[in-house]
Amino acid sequence: MSAPISQQRPATGAGEGAPKPPKPASSAGIPIPVVATAGMLRGAPLEAPGTYPYTRGIFPDGYSGRLWTFRQYSGFGTAEESNQRYRFLLDQGQTGLSVALDLPTQCGYDPVDPMARPEVGKVGVSLSTLADAEVLFDGIDLTRISTSFTINGTAAIIYAMYLAVADKHGVPREKLTGTIQNDILKEYVARGTWIFPVQPSMRLIADSILYSNDVTPRFNPISIAGAHVRDAGATAVEEIGYTLANGLAYVEDLRRRGGDVEKFGRRLSFFFYVHMDFFDEVCKFRAARRVWARLMRERYGVQDPRAQHFRFGVVCGGSSLVAAQPYNNIMRVTIETMAAVMGGAQSIFTCAYDEPFQIPTEFSAELALRTQQIIGYESGIAKTVDPLGGSYFVEQHTDRMEEAILKVMQEIDDHGGVIKAIEDGWLQRRIAERARERKLKVDRAETIVVGQNAFRRAEQSEEFGEVFRLDPQASNRVIERYEDVKARRNHAGVERTLERLQQAAAKDDENLMPYLVDCCHAYATVGEMVQRLKTLWGEFQEPVRL
Amino acid sequence: MTDPVQTPALRGRRILIAKPGLDGHDVGAKIIALALRDAGAEVIYTGLRKSPDHIARVAVEEGVDAVGLSVLSGSHRELVANTLDCLRQAGASGVQVFVGGTIPVDDFEFLRGLGVRGIYTSAMPLDEVVASVAQTLAETAA
Repeated sequence: MSAPISQQRPATGAGEGAPKPPKPASSAGIPIPVVATAGMLRGAPLEAPGTYPYTRGIFPDGYSGRLWTFRQYSGFGTAEESNQRYRFLLDQGQTGLSVALDLPTQCGYDPVDPMARPEVGKVGVSLSTLADAEVLFDGIDLTRISTSFTINGTAAIIYAMYLAVADKHGVPREKLTGTIQNDILKEYVARGTWIFPVQPSMRLIADSILYSNDVTPRFNPISIAGAHVRDAGATAVEEIGYTLANGLAYVEDLRRRGGDVEKFGRRLSFFFYVHMDFFDEVCKFRAARRVWARLMRERYGVQDPRAQHFRFGVVCGGSSLVAAQPYNNIMRVTIETMAAVMGGAQSIFTCAYDEPFQIPTEFSAELALRTQQIIGYESGIAKTVDPLGGSYFVEQHTDRMEEAILKVMQEIDDHGGVIKAIEDGWLQRRIAERARERKLKVDRAETIVVGQNAFRRAEQSEEFGEVFRLDPQASNRVIERYEDVKARRNHAGVERTLERLQQAAAKDDENLMPYLVDCCHAYATVGEMVQRLKTLWGEFQEPVRL
Repeated sequence: MTDPVQTPALRGRRILIAKPGLDGHDVGAKIIALALRDAGAEVIYTGLRKSPDHIARVAVEEGVDAVGLSVLSGSHRELVANTLDCLRQAGASGVQVFVGGTIPVDDFEFLRGLGVRGIYTSAMPLDEVVASVAQTLAETAA
């Protein structure tokens, strides 16, 4: 029998005493020794930073040459409003852009589509044609600033659009730096912006990676992301395990299409969440670097160290932040950012404290950027490489995380691989179960969330700070420009490029990137390009089973 | 996992959990669906990216007592209003509608004004959500 509901409720008053101390296991379920000793280490001497298998970091000198990239995810409404926010953040010392796109752009609908209309400009900026991208990057030096796009289903199209903008700016393509997320596998599991079935989606990804390796050699054409699976419910161990398994699926696919792993391997990058269990977070990155490097060398014989390197960006915050007493989130993000630095992240996005309930205001976005600047420039923790390396506990925990990660990868293999696990919904169901476990632990105060299920004030204030208001006219202005572009463009030219795209897509061995770039230059819309491909490929059929 | 708490008011009741619009965040919807199912309800989940019209059609075909709409993209005002319109047009105005997701407190009144019977955000304990749905359905059954 379970306890009556009243007894399952967490303490809510400040005067009810401190919560019970947590059991000695990490949030990923790894046992934690109260006292760690030398006897717990596996014995092999730890390699130096910058040497295989890179437990202590991929660079010999860590951050001493250059700090991580300060990259705040941002974008909303029209291209004009987002351009303004980008210029503000760059003026405040941000060192890279991270473009948030609205759902119609991510799912391949034009803003006038009935499915799209309510979502235009809501969770990101709308890019429906090159005209929007021209405004978005107006006055921004694309040779100096790297741009990251959280884009997946339409990643190849948005990458093509970025190339077209660079052409318009007169920037040589080989000088472009940045990232497209371009990781469709996790979209099927957690984030949901898939369009096409798995196979043609994998082809678009391979096309964009192989093209990018030649045309924009400093660009990351994929960022294999565990972040969303994690935020949805996976543990830190599962986050890494699933993501490395996805990474291997891409490697296999690229090799099948004739890609050279020594070459494309250098441009694979990764992306994760950092939540609140400090040592899980630090050690998962140390373990992941080791696992990935070994897989690349032992399974694929990769010799070039750069193609063995596990390079990753992170986002700190997400579902570890809560709406209750939202200013507490600033402290959470501070701790998480320190873990990201100790773990050796290449780029960091610090969530604003108001992220659980709104698009950040200029004030909260600045505060989030300041958080990582203070850690980078005041705290001193970035001065020495892997400062926690050699700690009895950290090394032991890294070893245990590594074992657990390999076990998760083995489970996927046993199931028949990630693609099968996605197509039959096994992975999706697993994440949903995990999400429920995590939720129940918080509901029952087995996981403490200060201000929400513990140390909550009897009369909780409804103080949420400054309110962000999306301009209600923004979506109308998006549609005005869309209609204007459609009226003024060369219709025959658009039709011709779209027709060529469709013909190329019908041949499996043709790289679609040049055709997509031509479509963008002709001001074809994202929806038009997607529609041509849907005609050939159809849409992903979501396995809906609880 | 702990034993599910069977809630008598939910036994035999049919509930549609739906994702209107383009939002791909389905964890909340799935958690609620699993919790309601374990509490005794018959739960149907639509999957992602459904139009208000489609949701209303499924609600009628399946003869559900309630529809739970999950929206985390900030488009809840439009999507909930449209879905309620479609339900009315389909002659299903007796179906109880609940909303979950990232819903700012400022919008609660607007949604209740449309006829939404319960609004649930992620901080709310699952047991409370289930109890609230059960209570609303018990009231309407009477």
